[in-house]
Amino acid sequence: MSQNGSHRKEKIGVYVCHCGSNIAGKVDVPAVVEWAASQPGVVVAREYKYMCSDPGQDLIKNDIKELGITRAVVAACSPTMHEPTFRKAAADAGLNPFLLQMANIREHCSWVTEDPVAATDKAKRILGAQIHRLPFNEPLDSIAVDVNPDVLVVGGGIAGIEAALKLAEAGKHVYMVERNPSIGGHMAMFDKTFPTLDCAACILTPKMSALGKHPNITLMAYSEVTKVDGYVGNFTVRVKKKARYVNTDSCTGCGACQEACVVRKVKSEFDQGLGYRSAIYIPFPQAVPLRATIDPEKCLMLSRGKCKQQSCVEACGPQAIDFGQKDEEIELPVGAIIVATGFELFDCKNESTYGYGRLDNVITSLEFERLSNASGPTGGRIVMKNGEAPKSVAILHCVGSRSENHQEFCSRVCCMYSLKFAHLIKEHLPETEIYELYIDMRANGKGYEEFYKRLMNEGVNFIRGRAAEVTELAITHEEEGKLIVKAEDTLLGVVRRLPVDMVILSAGLSPQHDAKEVSQIFGFGCSASGFYLERHPKLEPVSTVTDGIFICGACQFPKDIPDTVAQAGAAAAGALTLVNNATVKVEPTISYIDPEKCSGCHICVGLCPHAAIRFNEEKGVAEVIEAACKGCGVCVAACGSGVPQQRGYLDAQIFAEIEGALAV
Amino acid sequence: MKYSYYPGCSAEATAVAYDVSTRAVCDRLGVELVELPDWNCCGSTSYFSVRELRSFGISARNLAIAQELGDMDLVTTCNSCYTVLAKTNRYMADNAELKADIVEALNRAGRHYDGNVNVRHLVDVLVNDVGYDAVKAKVTKPLAGLKVAPYYGCQLSRPIGTFDDPEFPMTLDRLVETVGATPVDYPCKSKCCGGMMMLTKEEAALRLCFELLKTASDREADVIITACPLCEMNVEAYQPMVNKQYGTHFRIPVMYFTQLLGLALGISAKDLALDKQVVPVDKVLSAVPA
Repeated sequence: MSQNGSHRKEKIGVYVCHCGSNIAGKVDVPAVVEWAASQPGVVVAREYKYMCSDPGQDLIKNDIKELGITRAVVAACSPTMHEPTFRKAAADAGLNPFLLQMANIREHCSWVTEDPVAATDKAKRILGAQIHRLPFNEPLDSIAVDVNPDVLVVGGGIAGIEAALKLAEAGKHVYMVERNPSIGGHMAMFDKTFPTLDCAACILTPKMSALGKHPNITLMAYSEVTKVDGYVGNFTVRVKKKARYVNTDSCTGCGACQEACVVRKVKSEFDQGLGYRSAIYIPFPQAVPLRATIDPEKCLMLSRGKCKQQSCVEACGPQAIDFGQKDEEIELPVGAIIVATGFELFDCKNESTYGYGRLDNVITSLEFERLSNASGPTGGRIVMKNGEAPKSVAILHCVGSRSENHQEFCSRVCCMYSLKFAHLIKEHLPETEIYELYIDMRANGKGYEEFYKRLMNEGVNFIRGRAAEVTELAITHEEEGKLIVKAEDTLLGVVRRLPVDMVILSAGLSPQHDAKEVSQIFGFGCSASGFYLERHPKLEPVSTVTDGIFICGACQFPKDIPDTVAQAGAAAAGALTLVNNATVKVEPTISYIDPEKCSGCHICVGLCPHAAIRFNEEKGVAEVIEAACKGCGVCVAACGSGVPQQRGYLDAQIFAEIEGALAV
Repeated sequence: MKYSYYPGCSAEATAVAYDVSTRAVCDRLGVELVELPDWNCCGSTSYFSVRELRSFGISARNLAIAQELGDMDLVTTCNSCYTVLAKTNRYMADNAELKADIVEALNRAGRHYDGNVNVRHLVDVLVNDVGYDAVKAKVTKPLAGLKVAPYYGCQLSRPIGTFDDPEFPMTLDRLVETVGATPVDYPCKSKCCGGMMMLTKEEAALRLCFELLKTASDREADVIITACPLCEMNVEAYQPMVNKQYGTHFRIPVMYFTQLLGLALGISAKDLALDKQVVPVDKVLSAVPA
């Protein structure tokens, strides 16, 4: 196939960026420019230190206006970075934006190629591919589609609550889907919050209550998103409402059923297994919605088909209990989605040297939050398993975090909550000796370092060294019956054995166990750490690769409450920016099917992952639903006759690129 | 199930009983062991500190012989041999220069090794390839009521071993349950026995043995089982010295896990070389049903 494009009389402008020393430090930019100027169709080739700056963009705009160039290629960074910048510049100067191509000579070349000569050669090939392709580019017009103004928020922790309230206050209708019976997330379990020591419930529950009552919010707790179809501005979301076996319209949340239930020794998830609930339960007194739920695995009626007493039914005044209730699937049309599904605590059983699950009185940080919480299972008394107050406590930092064996990253909140724990213990039990075993103390927020200083003055023992082991093996008499924490004190340069009554494991934050599957439902990926991947780590931290879907809070990466709330606001603003418009432009680089050539074999219809191809029975041909097509190219590759073509990625364009890359 | 078998030096001296009981148990469980012909010392831990390349060379010679025997996993019973042989594989895989040196050395000795022989510990083979259920099915004399401290040693589950939790292994505990005995909670199960330090810094090694013995005694274990010749020797044979040093009166039987397993499989004490023990094992034998 000979397609050199020379039959097309196009005037091509070439713009090579130095990107400071990012590109010019490796690639011989003047040589690339000189070479480019001699290529077929190129009428002007320029270089500039930062092409993305205003003066850089002006070079392109001026050439469009003054030299009348009809095609342009910018050799610079990845198109995911600045293609929109340069295409907008082209459009501003009157050139159809799809007649400008990016040649990525940074990520694909200067950053990854060692040898400058090889890098320069590679840059020419990458650029040459685009120069050859450009004559085959055609002007394309973005497609404007209507935007559904409603927004879905997934996850009812502090991140989701904040985002939902912001959007609702802005007048948008919000659907809030939460997996658990109540919203509130982890924050609802906390005792106090660092460094100000506000009570978590005092600042959270008003927001929960406001959400539950807001006329613009439809709350769907005990529900999960199972499928997302559609595209920016027009998503169709399938939500499974799990059966509560309680009619939520008539249940008043009085709690009489849980008092009456005969199955009373179910470990409470909310109390981290330190307290008990019934098989029919309201997870905590401030739950929103304040409705009962039956645990189908624990309820005798549901698990065994018979319960002699059925005392809950008897106790329920409004007769809300319905053992026959089934899961329900509904569809929600929304324009934007915010995913705020939070984190899971690192499973401390995986750090077997610390004996969690094996040694009594080795507890997790979340368990301590419940112990210390006035509404917790002990009424706020910090006690050991035998009911006595501990006389000495060791708090072990970085459990599962900063670890070659588990999670490489720092979980960012553990140093601070560990300091908070020390303060709370001192408050409850002033005589108790406290040891904080840390690697580095990371107190880098507003008021955090000051809080650390305060704790040093409260008589807490700080030992710099990661704990090696927690053991019950006593050597000396005073160690008998204690937990012994072994650690290297790296400031003293000695190995220490600390006999204590209680060990608190400051566990790191892990991605939700199903983060990967959930991310696939929404069509974005996960980072290497397992948390959801943002579109750009610095400039688009709450956007995802799927237009119209945003993320915020600890599902993106571990963060404290202030950062989570700030991100939630940013995600709400992102969603609002989208749904506040009546229409949104979608990329025109989608597929089309020539009805003259289509044989009507149906292959593409079934293969399209976005249900964007329908079969026109009347004409006997397949048709692309333009607004739904995402331009993935599956139909193009699948069709036996090569009929579907993807605009912007036509065969002629691809072949020209290959020829260009090989022509140097 | 057929494996090449590397007994290791101690099998011909202090740990004859380990070798004898291993062969007896494997025979009973249908595990065929093909002993490497003309095997040599694995290189051991100490030699690596003085002559690294030579240590790798002599270690790899065993692996080369295993490769010549055909496509079989190589089984060893000594924790140290296991670690050293597997370490040779890992270093060869990670370091092309070292691999070239080792291969050249082997070539000059008329051998060749590609680096692909899979090194396994017998515990791994018995619990994962044979499996607990298959072992249980062959138990004819369940050791009911016997309290066993499973002592894994420091090198069974780390740094190379991946078949069990590196810090708190459980495979031997389950094997003890499989033969009808009761594993005691033995939190020092993966602690060091002192190893070679018994010869160079005796008081340090005795201290470690003391902790192992005291814990077993506190937990009322009838017997300590080990999966390593050096562990067995240190913890068993040095009890009089520990007693002298710490004023204690320990006299706890210590035996190889294969010996305990063998008893439950109905193999006689003699065929398991239990007559070679330093501390008498009468209490254990009395738990074997007639």
